[in-house]
Amino acid sequence: MLLAVLLPFIIAIFIPFLSKWKHKLHTGFFVTAVPVVIFIYFARFIGPGFEPVEREYSWIPSLDMNFLFYLDGLSLLFILLISGIGSLVAFYSIYYLHKSEQLGHFYVYFLLFMGSMLGIVLSDNVYVLYTFWEFTSLSSFLLIGFWNHREGSRYGALKSMLITVFGGLSLLGGLVFMSGITGTASIQEMMSQQELILNHDFFPLILTLILLGAFTKSAQFPFHIWLPDAMEAPTPVSAYLHSATMVKAGIFLVARFLPMLSVSEWFFIIVSAVGIATLCWGSYMAVRQTDLKGILAFSTISQLGMIMAMLGFGTKAAIFAAVFHILNHATFKGSLFMIAGIVDHETGSRDIRKLGGLMTFLPITATLAVIASFSMAGVPFPFLNGFYSKEMFFDAAVTMDLSVTGIAATLQTLFPYLAVLGSIFTFVYSMYFFFGTFRGKANIDELPKKPHEAPVGMLVSPAILVLGVIIIGLFPDLINKPFIEHAASAAYGSENVKDIYYWHGLSPAFIMSITVLVFGTILYLSIPKWASIYNAVPGRLSLNTFYDGLVERTERYSTIITNSYMNGSLGRYVRLILVAIVVVTFGTMALTGGFTLDFGNLSEVTLHEVLIAVVMVIAAIGTIIAKNRIAAILILGVVGYGLAMLFVLYRAPDLALTQLIVETVTVALFLLVFYHLPNLEPHNESSLTKTMNLIISVGFGLLMTMVAISAHSHKMFDSMSSYFVDNSYKLGGGDNIVNVILVDFRGLDTLFEIAVLGIAAMAIFALIRLRGKNKEE
Amino acid sequence: MEIIMAVLAGTLFTTGVYNLLQKQLLRIVIGTALISHGAHLFILTMGELKRGAPPILTDGIDQYTDPLPQALILTSIVISFGVTSLLLVLAYRASKINGTDNMEQLRGNDYE
Repeated sequence: MLLAVLLPFIIAIFIPFLSKWKHKLHTGFFVTAVPVVIFIYFARFIGPGFEPVEREYSWIPSLDMNFLFYLDGLSLLFILLISGIGSLVAFYSIYYLHKSEQLGHFYVYFLLFMGSMLGIVLSDNVYVLYTFWEFTSLSSFLLIGFWNHREGSRYGALKSMLITVFGGLSLLGGLVFMSGITGTASIQEMMSQQELILNHDFFPLILTLILLGAFTKSAQFPFHIWLPDAMEAPTPVSAYLHSATMVKAGIFLVARFLPMLSVSEWFFIIVSAVGIATLCWGSYMAVRQTDLKGILAFSTISQLGMIMAMLGFGTKAAIFAAVFHILNHATFKGSLFMIAGIVDHETGSRDIRKLGGLMTFLPITATLAVIASFSMAGVPFPFLNGFYSKEMFFDAAVTMDLSVTGIAATLQTLFPYLAVLGSIFTFVYSMYFFFGTFRGKANIDELPKKPHEAPVGMLVSPAILVLGVIIIGLFPDLINKPFIEHAASAAYGSENVKDIYYWHGLSPAFIMSITVLVFGTILYLSIPKWASIYNAVPGRLSLNTFYDGLVERTERYSTIITNSYMNGSLGRYVRLILVAIVVVTFGTMALTGGFTLDFGNLSEVTLHEVLIAVVMVIAAIGTIIAKNRIAAILILGVVGYGLAMLFVLYRAPDLALTQLIVETVTVALFLLVFYHLPNLEPHNESSLTKTMNLIISVGFGLLMTMVAISAHSHKMFDSMSSYFVDNSYKLGGGDNIVNVILVDFRGLDTLFEIAVLGIAAMAIFALIRLRGKNKEE
Repeated sequence: MEIIMAVLAGTLFTTGVYNLLQKQLLRIVIGTALISHGAHLFILTMGELKRGAPPILTDGIDQYTDPLPQALILTSIVISFGVTSLLLVLAYRASKINGTDNMEQLRGNDYE
């Protein structure tokens, strides 16, 4: 099972090499094989006797991060969607993407996404789940921005990234809370301790964080705005990520935690209200779009809202319907996206105002489109799977009988009406999509290309999906017992079985379906009469304006803030750093009482030491006031030699020797170089700068003095030096302890020191040699 | 004596930092040299001064000064020598090519 998840990642490594031969053989053929293999591997789990499977593989055991895979009905449904639709999309992309495109990049991102998505639905460990979750956001970003020379692609990619990663971080927060409360990172174990989480004081916060993650990923109102812009991605990507799989990750997450969260009344209120709002708003906005993919994007938003609402209801029937609709939506929406891609590919335009009457030119595509879009609309034919789940949705909305009060009760009575309202618009945009593209008057002259039927390879994938629509419609039991039931039971938390019928008699749900049909037809036919409403709602008020403003302001203010201190002056940076060090360290010292002064343990003061110290102080100050460069260098030498003498007095013969040699060489070097440098200028900066520099440097010096005194006065631990004294001869075989430490105990350190010197020497050599080259030029 | 040495180290830091904040490259290099002198003295003072013989094993002596700070300082002296020489050559090249050794004129935020 681990191999199945890792397979896409492994193959992705080889894609760049395979794509070298893309002119001989389209890279897509290799890629198509991956999801097919995964599909076959997991298809064997399908069957009436399915039992959840658990596998554990160690990853980072010390952090409690393991690949704990848990395959239940819900995961299986998603895996088959990911691999099944993945196979079809990969195959479709072979004909959609020309060989001149950057196929290597495309398929690497594609496989990255597929593997991550499989990881999300299989992981039982929340941190592994989160890692894969962010990986899908990342690959979605890369795929939307695939045509990165387009302004729109970059905008859409950034937007989706910002919104979904924002949600991802919220999700992480929620997951950390939950695993902190329960003391486990496993979802199954969390669920078994749900009382702990539900009764915790932070439960409202946890619920909010988790739902933010789910809503942003699944494009729920008001976070849906990224999805229409994500349509800049190549159409196979839109079909795969932005309708069938990735946007359902949020749905999956809610379904996964449903048995636990649905106990809370707030879960019902928030999730179902947001879901219904998304359903109505998305379907209303879809009718306004002119781009084929724009219509489909808003339609996806509304369908996701519908599924989310059903999960929010939390009743047995609603969850069954939700799970069933996840599958149905993937079939008809996947094929509709591919059809939109075909239309775009064969006519060169996706603008529904230019399209029309294509039925005669693309008869097969049109046939597929009519079935898929009628299924989406929920037209009551027995061979359309969309009708079944839509009717179950109405049924769930009407029969919902939760014993709730207050807002929840009001919502409960409102939901059936809103469900019908949203579905009417769903019907309208479905008709609008089909009739607007394939019926009506054809104006071929306005199209960039002369339309003709798509190649067979491009038609295969949508045809298979449409066939799925029909088969599920005609024989729902074929998938119900071995497959859907397990998924519904997993989401519900206990057994959730139901028989799927076409004819229920004259139930309220059927009447609602007929209402949708009648009003939908009327509204569709009268679009031109009421379309001006869109100027009033949403009019100029749009969430996109808000988003753009937010991004633009963030950018502007952060630029202002950064420019205010990053002005390119190194002196200023050093000043800022030093001030920070001084303030923070002094602050800590003052707060914790870190400064200690102990007069008890001092060595005696002798005159010659004091004299050397005084000379050094004078010399150090002299470097500042010296007006002549030779003077400054020589005075610096005085400081160095003074230090060497101190080393002698403090019984450090090796230091004294080294210091003497180094100081001599340094002074010689200075004297060599200074000739080429301009002479020192008098300090001509303003007195303010002078004062500031003085304050900073005195502050820093004072700080170091206090640290040194404290360090000397306050010994926290015994010195470890006795170890070196005792073992210098025994282990190192030398009498000079300092030398033994350097070349033996800390030999590796010295080796690196030599390496640093070597690098410095090479750099110096290169810098001097550069001169010759420049002259030649 | 340790306190006097701590004050001396602090003075070296003060003068070093003041030089570091100047505009001329030569002064900045002098500043870094002073700071490393200060740091060496600082490390030495944190141990104990003048307690026992030089850290060279000799028969009959069992009290030595702390060898560990000395080893650290020895490494540091050599490294700061490398740094100072590199800085010097860098300063030399920079002022040769740009015709100035003023840091305020050598700033390059126009190419962001």
